[in-house]
Amino acid sequence: MKLSTMGRVMVFLAALLVVIALGCTPAAPTAPPATPTVKTQTLTVYSGRAEGLVKPIIDQFSKSTGINVQVRYAGTSELAATILEEGKNSPADVFFAQDPGGLGAVESLLTRLPDSILDLVEPGFHPNEGRWVGISGRARVIAYNTQKVKESDLPDDIFGLTDPKWKGRIGWAPTNASFQAMVTAMRKLWGEEKTRQWLVGIQANNPKVYANNTAQVNAVGAGEIDVAMPNHYYLYGIMQDKGESFPVRNYHPRAGGPGAVILVAGAGILETSKNKEAAEKFVEFMLSPVAQQYFAGQTFEYPVTKGVKTHRLLTPLSDIKSPEISMSDMTDLKGTLDLLRGTGVVP
Amino acid sequence: MMRHARPPAVLWLSATLTAIGVLLPLAYLVLRASGAGMELWSLLFRTRTLDILGRTLILVIAVIGISLAISLPLAWLTQRTDLPLRRMWSILTVLPLVIPSYVAGFVIVAALGPRGILQQALAGPFGVERLPDIYGFPGAFLAVTLVAYPYILLPLQASIRGLDPRIEEVARSLGHGRWDTFRRVVLPQLRPAMAAGVLLVGLYTLRDFGAVSLLRYETFTWAIYLQYQTSFDRILAAGLSLVLVFMALAILFLEFHTRGKSHYHRTAASVSRSPAYVKLGRWQWPALGFCALVVLVALVMPVSILSYWLVRGFSGGGALWQTTGYALNSAYVSGLAAVVTAIAAISVAVLDVRYPSLFSRLLERITYIGFALPGIVIALALVFFGANYATLVYQTLALLVFAYAVLFLPQAVGSVRSSLLQVSPRLEEAARSLGRTPLQVLAAVTLPLVRPGILAGAGLVFLTTMKELPATLLLSPIGFKTLATSIWSATSEGSFARAAFPAVLLILLSSVPMAFLIVRGG
Repeated sequence: MKLSTMGRVMVFLAALLVVIALGCTPAAPTAPPATPTVKTQTLTVYSGRAEGLVKPIIDQFSKSTGINVQVRYAGTSELAATILEEGKNSPADVFFAQDPGGLGAVESLLTRLPDSILDLVEPGFHPNEGRWVGISGRARVIAYNTQKVKESDLPDDIFGLTDPKWKGRIGWAPTNASFQAMVTAMRKLWGEEKTRQWLVGIQANNPKVYANNTAQVNAVGAGEIDVAMPNHYYLYGIMQDKGESFPVRNYHPRAGGPGAVILVAGAGILETSKNKEAAEKFVEFMLSPVAQQYFAGQTFEYPVTKGVKTHRLLTPLSDIKSPEISMSDMTDLKGTLDLLRGTGVVP
Repeated sequence: MMRHARPPAVLWLSATLTAIGVLLPLAYLVLRASGAGMELWSLLFRTRTLDILGRTLILVIAVIGISLAISLPLAWLTQRTDLPLRRMWSILTVLPLVIPSYVAGFVIVAALGPRGILQQALAGPFGVERLPDIYGFPGAFLAVTLVAYPYILLPLQASIRGLDPRIEEVARSLGHGRWDTFRRVVLPQLRPAMAAGVLLVGLYTLRDFGAVSLLRYETFTWAIYLQYQTSFDRILAAGLSLVLVFMALAILFLEFHTRGKSHYHRTAASVSRSPAYVKLGRWQWPALGFCALVVLVALVMPVSILSYWLVRGFSGGGALWQTTGYALNSAYVSGLAAVVTAIAAISVAVLDVRYPSLFSRLLERITYIGFALPGIVIALALVFFGANYATLVYQTLALLVFAYAVLFLPQAVGSVRSSLLQVSPRLEEAARSLGRTPLQVLAAVTLPLVRPGILAGAGLVFLTTMKELPATLLLSPIGFKTLATSIWSATSEGSFARAAFPAVLLILLSSVPMAFLIVRGG
């Protein structure tokens, strides 16, 4: 008996399903990982940094070295989790992350970078073990609404925001990785107890919670809140859209402290990479004057190498009283989270 | 007699593979959570966890309740009354399904947030300085409802269309009033469709991330994401996900027990004539107002805000051309996902309805688990299995489509199943008695009869795949971009203007098959 057309389509499709499903049947774990079918000079980068920000400079790298680069863009934490799940079979050569936390999470899977790369940046911009390196710097700031607050009214130190006079006027994004990195810096600089007091004090001031930094800065501009705690560059991105009349400015706490800490976005090379040479070239290129100038000019970040000018709108690094803190200390997220959970700041 | 026949081997094979696929994420979660020590228990038993659990349940119940309240009248008005422009309303009211929840979230914040469009509009003439806070429950409730209620409306419309009007006529002729007939005859017949829809809405609410995170309402799924995002803690995330699985199982169990043993099919294969349409008379105006209100809030508001962003941020043709390429990718991969998922769904539904056994029952139930889990959990489970045990397909379209099937299978299973329940097994028995093998019967009799259900199910999978994000980001072939990922990358850079074009394109592109589905079905 012949099958109807529908039936034949069904059988074909069922076969297709079987093929797809079989492809996913577990093979013996000992089987050698299939080498991705790539030519000798193709580099795979997992980028937690947004495509619009880094694609132009990656293209420039490809152009000048002839190395083809494939990039997977996703959130830094999702990519870190992906790299952890992939383990030794990760197809990634380079992890380009938005924050030290993401790099710290996969640190055990990264290889030590050669001194020739580490020496390009100021010593504070890579962890002591040298498994990753900062590519660009971002300053923690207090962003304030210029129509509602005078800079002179802002506290010398971020601890001053616990003063009850700020009640109902503060915004923060406690789930944001940079915010948490700042809290890690607080724990190192202030100790656990003072950090806890700060968190409790801010909460007593009924801060508005935002999902991310852009939302925070926009809310300051809209007058929803008077001050927020973002990274410095979100403001300039918004000013590009809305003009310099946007009524928000950044304030780097004049007495320094953790509220004025400089964080980095960075990159590391995976231990399992089969293209380590090309990967090193990639990281090196990101620290070249061309790339550093790009980050300074296009993404309003701070260069991490010497001799590159910061953007005219930015406070020069030398004028910020940023605290001395090692990048190795910045990866202890565990303790920070326990504290944030313990104080009920994050779920 | 036929009921005791053995199901064709193809069905078994396909269903077993489906079961394996659905169980992979569970296996992964158990594997990860078993690596946890006391820490997991102390995290799970904090009062805060109970808090989140309570909030999640409240949201689930509220969204289900309001979705039913919206969908029942809408479905009845558009299928059984002389409502003007019935066809148009029946399409427009289902269309919000194509809007991604993260877009709905953004739009609601922009429209109703503090200093949002509504406040600005009211500030001038009325001097309104402050709107009631949209963040938290109200906003999340609104956003999730807007994108989820069509999950009930869609099967309900189909089911009302498939009703045999003669049963109602018999009830009327036996002296039952219109309302009595509806309550005692129509409503019970709609139960499978309603249950399938309620299940999807409930599970969808459990797993939604975009809307609840943007509107800052702490549900379980948000808590799970936070584990990944803030502490890179896969173990605790797995523990919390297992709690979500238990919640899903509880919902599934409840729904299972509302299923009666009643039959919903009629003996003839098709309706001999269309039902008499109820004359609305002066009720026409409130009815029109109700439809218009739903369409205004759920469709016109989001689309016009997106268009506003689009016009304001329009920039050059290069990006447009590129985005068209992403649209093709979206449509291609969603089409594949729809086909593969429909096949898996057919095997599951046919086994469950025609060859009931403990295995087929269990299988039908567990397919729903994938739909209750946050996308990131399923994605990471398949990253783990793919990278370590299936390197050949890892980061290929095959594994991506597989992930979509695991995620969206229940949408198709539900709709094929309710369609199948309306087909009388007598027809199949007749074909068997004429010497056809079970497989031939399936192909020549059953499938053509449940085609509306298959199309509706595949259509739903297509639409949800179009907007899927976490699995697409992590599992797609490297460099493979879709409309959803380009919306994500624009918003992650804080640019609504650049997100607007792919978002509008996504909505337009999804509307076409959606409208087609409804028109064909009607």
